[in-house]
Amino acid sequence: MSEAENKPGRELPYVMAINEGIREVLREQKDAFIAGEDVAIAGSVYGYCTGLLEEFGEDRVVDTPISEKGIMGLGVGASATGCRPIIDLMFMDFVGECMDEIANQMAKMRFMFGGKATLPVTVLTMGGAGGSLAAQHSQSLEAWLAHLPGMKVVMPSDAYDAKGMIISATRDNNPVFVVLNKASLAMTMEVPEGSYEVPLGEACVRTQGKDLTIVAFGRMVHEAIASVEKLKEIGIEAEVIDARSVQPFDTETVVNSIKKTHRALVVHEAVKFGGIGGEISAQIQEEAFDYLDAPVMRVAAPFSPVPFSPALEQIYIPNADSIVAKVKETLAL
Amino acid sequence: MAKKKNVKTSVPSPKVLQELHRKMVRIRRFEESAGKMMEDGKIPGALHLYVGQEAVASGVMQHLSNKDWITSTHRGHGHLVAKGGEFKPMFAELFGRSTGYCRGKGGSMHISNMDLGMLGANGIVGGGPPIAMGAAFSNKFKKNKNVSVAFFGDGASNEGSVHEAANMAALYKLPCVFVCENNGYGEYTPQSRHQAIVDVADRASGYGMPGVICDGMDVMAVYEAAGEAIERARKGGGPTLLECKTYRYYDHVGVRGMGLNYRTDEEVEEWKNKDAIEAFEKRLVQLGVMTKKKIENVHNAINKDIEEAIAFANDSPYPLPEELLDNVYNEET
Repeated sequence: MSEAENKPGRELPYVMAINEGIREVLREQKDAFIAGEDVAIAGSVYGYCTGLLEEFGEDRVVDTPISEKGIMGLGVGASATGCRPIIDLMFMDFVGECMDEIANQMAKMRFMFGGKATLPVTVLTMGGAGGSLAAQHSQSLEAWLAHLPGMKVVMPSDAYDAKGMIISATRDNNPVFVVLNKASLAMTMEVPEGSYEVPLGEACVRTQGKDLTIVAFGRMVHEAIASVEKLKEIGIEAEVIDARSVQPFDTETVVNSIKKTHRALVVHEAVKFGGIGGEISAQIQEEAFDYLDAPVMRVAAPFSPVPFSPALEQIYIPNADSIVAKVKETLAL
Repeated sequence: MAKKKNVKTSVPSPKVLQELHRKMVRIRRFEESAGKMMEDGKIPGALHLYVGQEAVASGVMQHLSNKDWITSTHRGHGHLVAKGGEFKPMFAELFGRSTGYCRGKGGSMHISNMDLGMLGANGIVGGGPPIAMGAAFSNKFKKNKNVSVAFFGDGASNEGSVHEAANMAALYKLPCVFVCENNGYGEYTPQSRHQAIVDVADRASGYGMPGVICDGMDVMAVYEAAGEAIERARKGGGPTLLECKTYRYYDHVGVRGMGLNYRTDEEVEEWKNKDAIEAFEKRLVQLGVMTKKKIENVHNAINKDIEEAIAFANDSPYPLPEELLDNVYNEET
């Protein structure tokens, strides 16, 4: 942390914060390695593995075939036997290729073995729409993963959290999915040098407000924050909570906020039906029904695959305007 | 890398022969007794018996220590017995008791023991090989001389996960041996109806590894072929695909079977005439390694162990309700 103190205010894009997170882990943990498609020679298609091969060598930065079952199995087998792998799953959409290794092996092995196996494996994957990558390279499938007992799922919304959560995930003794967002890769902010943790399972209040609580996931946090300015213009003070972690979910922070605001809106990029917003809404009504002055509302993608055309994709993804509209509805304005 | 037929060249030491015999009889008696316990209503759920295939697990495991990893199959009790599994916690696990190897959380299809290097039976056909490949990656990463062995059946040989694991093991030259127990059936479908090849070992050249076929009803043939493959893996020579031609006496699941008309009684009898244990016992007497009396003593001692283990399982408590949520996550930091 001394380096961090030496260079206050150093700004870094999300993509390079990921790179630094992985780099810190490989420096700190001798049993850690990263394996995935195009991570070594190419430095990952997103560029976040740039320079890792040169610093850590072929044994610890491992190019794999395009074999997601094999890659995820590598993570299961290596973590159960004493390594701390970082597995890179290039697009979140590819979980379909390795869902058995994720759902039936990785998430359940410890339980099935009566607690006698430990799987400290971190999976980095890239979710989200916005680049006209169409229906198979743009999805937000975090609800699929969060539905699995044994799995942890986090969605860092900014560069600081991306680095810190990657470090925390690799120090955790459970399988952790770190769901990154491809539309955030160039977003820049102050990121400390050196190693630091962002705790898994703790939400973060991004803006204080008294009229309504907005619980947002991943990149939607930025849309929610953008909506706050617009809401101010019409006299509404919204409190934005960055959920940060989907599983475990920090219900307490959300409920405490609602005790103050009495209204809640959940925002995510995944489709609304079966999305994590349904679960959060249910938890709010179970835990804070008496504090609510209005039904819990949701802003999410419509029930459709992600479209290709920019004209359609633009209206598909929730944004500050759609959040503002739903806030008005919630407040019956 | 053409496949070759394994040809026996030497006779192992009397000590090894006696251990092979003991392993096979232990498996047979465990499985026959487990079948009976299921019929008696003591074992809930599904039971996939290994009877008929004992020579494979015994011949392979004779070369492994507790530090070597294996992944098993649906038909996994035999592998665990041969790896050193004790009857008491094994029966207790099948009975769903808290004294079981998995504290009653896994049962027959997930029975495991990390201390013995047994990474679990698997409820998913083809679930094991990617995990074994990952464990082999661990061994290579840690530069130890341990190997991992993936057991799978002819049915699993058609799963993509097996191909991906085999390709990666060959690519990285991992200390991993792929043992295909070709018992002629994928569940209830004969091999001729589930794949166009007769020898699964034919696929080895496609992975870039040697393929070897051996008589899976001859424990000495398995012992020799597995020995070569495991030694090669230990010395850094990479993986081998070893196909053992064998047969399961019982149906895919259960004792009595489901009465499905998929194989003839004559076929079952034909294979029973080649029974691995009976043939090996004759051989042991011929070789002067064991007398009939000594063989009988082995059976009697094992039968006594079985009786004690069943009594132990029967007297063991069920898991407590408060244990339900234990071990979903590793809470240690």
